[in-house]
Amino acid sequence: MQTFDLGKEGLRALNSSLHALKGQTNMTAWEVINPKGAHAIAAGVDAPVDITVRGSTGYYCAGMNKLATIRIKGSAGPGVAENMMSGTVIIDGDASQYAGATGRGGLLIIKGNASSRCGISMKGIDIVVHGSIGHMSCFMAQSGNMVVLGDAGEALGDSLYEARLFVRGSVKSLGADCIEKEMRPEHIALLSDLLKRGEADGKARPEEFKRYGSARKLYNFNIDNASAY
Amino acid sequence: MTEFPKTPPRYSATFTPAINAEIRRAAASGIYDIRGGGTKRHLPHFDDLLFLGASISRYPLEGYREKCATDVWLGTRFAKKPIHLEIPITIAGMSFGALSGPAKEALGRGASAAGTSTTTGDGGMTEEERGHSKTLVYQYLPSRYGMNPDDLRRADAIEVVVGQGAKPGGGGMLLGQKISDRVANMRNLPKGIDQRSACRHPDWTGPDDLEIKIMEIREITDWEKPIYVKIGGARPYYDTALAVKAGADVVVLDGMQGGTAATQDVFIEHVGMPILACIPQAVKALQDLGMHRKVQLIVSGGIRSGADVAKAMALGADAVAIGTAALIALGDNDPIWEEEYQKLGTTADAYDDWHEGRDPAGITTQDPELSKRFDPVLGGRRLKNYLKVMTLEAQTIARACGKNHLHNLEPEDLCSLTIEASAMAGVPLAGTNWIPGRNGGF
Repeated sequence: MQTFDLGKEGLRALNSSLHALKGQTNMTAWEVINPKGAHAIAAGVDAPVDITVRGSTGYYCAGMNKLATIRIKGSAGPGVAENMMSGTVIIDGDASQYAGATGRGGLLIIKGNASSRCGISMKGIDIVVHGSIGHMSCFMAQSGNMVVLGDAGEALGDSLYEARLFVRGSVKSLGADCIEKEMRPEHIALLSDLLKRGEADGKARPEEFKRYGSARKLYNFNIDNASAY
Repeated sequence: MTEFPKTPPRYSATFTPAINAEIRRAAASGIYDIRGGGTKRHLPHFDDLLFLGASISRYPLEGYREKCATDVWLGTRFAKKPIHLEIPITIAGMSFGALSGPAKEALGRGASAAGTSTTTGDGGMTEEERGHSKTLVYQYLPSRYGMNPDDLRRADAIEVVVGQGAKPGGGGMLLGQKISDRVANMRNLPKGIDQRSACRHPDWTGPDDLEIKIMEIREITDWEKPIYVKIGGARPYYDTALAVKAGADVVVLDGMQGGTAATQDVFIEHVGMPILACIPQAVKALQDLGMHRKVQLIVSGGIRSGADVAKAMALGADAVAIGTAALIALGDNDPIWEEEYQKLGTTADAYDDWHEGRDPAGITTQDPELSKRFDPVLGGRRLKNYLKVMTLEAQTIARACGKNHLHNLEPEDLCSLTIEASAMAGVPLAGTNWIPGRNGGF
């Protein structure tokens, strides 16, 4: 286990050390202590390593992550795991705005609640939120899966493309072009797998969720839909 | 009966035939006009400025004997690997999607041969342009289509796009006709949809967030790459100051003459300011912060000739960017395709329906047959020639003003032909020492 004291050695030294890890490294387990809400912790990692951050993080922790498993033993600031490509990010606490924004792959697990715009413009990432998500979540979400064990705020999935949204609790309102859709067996199977990988299989059953997706009415401009924009 | 002369028909200056035609078009279709390019209205521009040239108090440099340097360093503030360009004329961001793959390749070829950089656009980085561009600037846009850390690291600089001159406050638009399989795949969108990308970044809001976002990108790229911030010509004094405060290495400032692949005509024509009005405000912001020449300023929007380059630099820019002019150099709107422009209901030099993807010149299209008309090697050569001519022209003017580097051009070398240009550019009206608005407002 490599222990890195962020308070003493600084962010640049941390990220520089993590970026130096390529392919098969023997330094596969890292622990970051004294994060004290610093921004961009473990941003741009590109190696199959396991990083545990002991405390809460500022903006953009695990930004653009590839391959790494990053565990935040606290809460995460805005833009956690933004544009993640692959790997896993697990937050024990809550996540601020834009969690998983534009994420293209991998799995983001938020064990608390997520604030507004969770999964905004997501492009293939899977996000599992054990609590609730705030307003405008999944705005313009293009692909990937969002699973919410709690409730969703206003305007869920506004201007949605092909992302799939599963919410167990209430949805305050749906955004433009987002509709409830039928849960078919393949969705139950998909959700079952997501709950398992999202460390939530003991907390909820797939049958308890509703599925939301794009009505695809705004895909091509039609003057009769102008009031929807 | 005595015949009196009749009152001749008189067109309204308010309801002109063109205005009336647009009213009829809107009434018939129920949708606003979408087009490409920049503003077509008459604006105060570089044409309204003149160089004074050398005289008894200033002596000129010999045209074919004495050197007038043209190189520029970009990104010297924070980046470990700043960019060094041989000429201060760069190629502005234009997307693969808006342009064909071969057109992007030609931009890379021409720019590289002339010693300058080219820029990606709202669609990610293609192999064509990375492979053919010695220096490639990678745009970081609100849509983040195709965004990934590998391309960030293989770029030579990163441009965080906040706005563009054609549509400050507007997002990208690429209509269904141009969303081919390859474009759809790169953007992770269904084929054939009308793509309207976001006008705001998804994960930051305001200058304080931007500072953190820039820091994150620097961390991901190990502080190697210059980071530009591109702004549209909206509030250039404050936007420049805020970009500097947020940690930009370079500010890219795009006036309303700057083009777009597609947006609403009403947006292009009625939002934003002409570049002439923007440059002095941006320069003043840099000077007030003590950052002029430390944070470099690239300006764009209506740059057409070496004279425009020299005038922009005399007003304080470190470099310029060209988009529309580069496309014309490649062959866009060329009268050799007039017959086909006529079939599309337009004419050469006026064609702007780039969003429809039926460009006879094969440049602003994803149609494989039309794309075949465009030769990227020849296009690249034409762009290189054009960039060289612009550089020679700018050098000619600089030498006439007694300058041994284009960066030594200064506002004192200029005069203005009109009161408007004088007020905007902050250079005296020709034959006077008068600048409207000075000593009483900025």
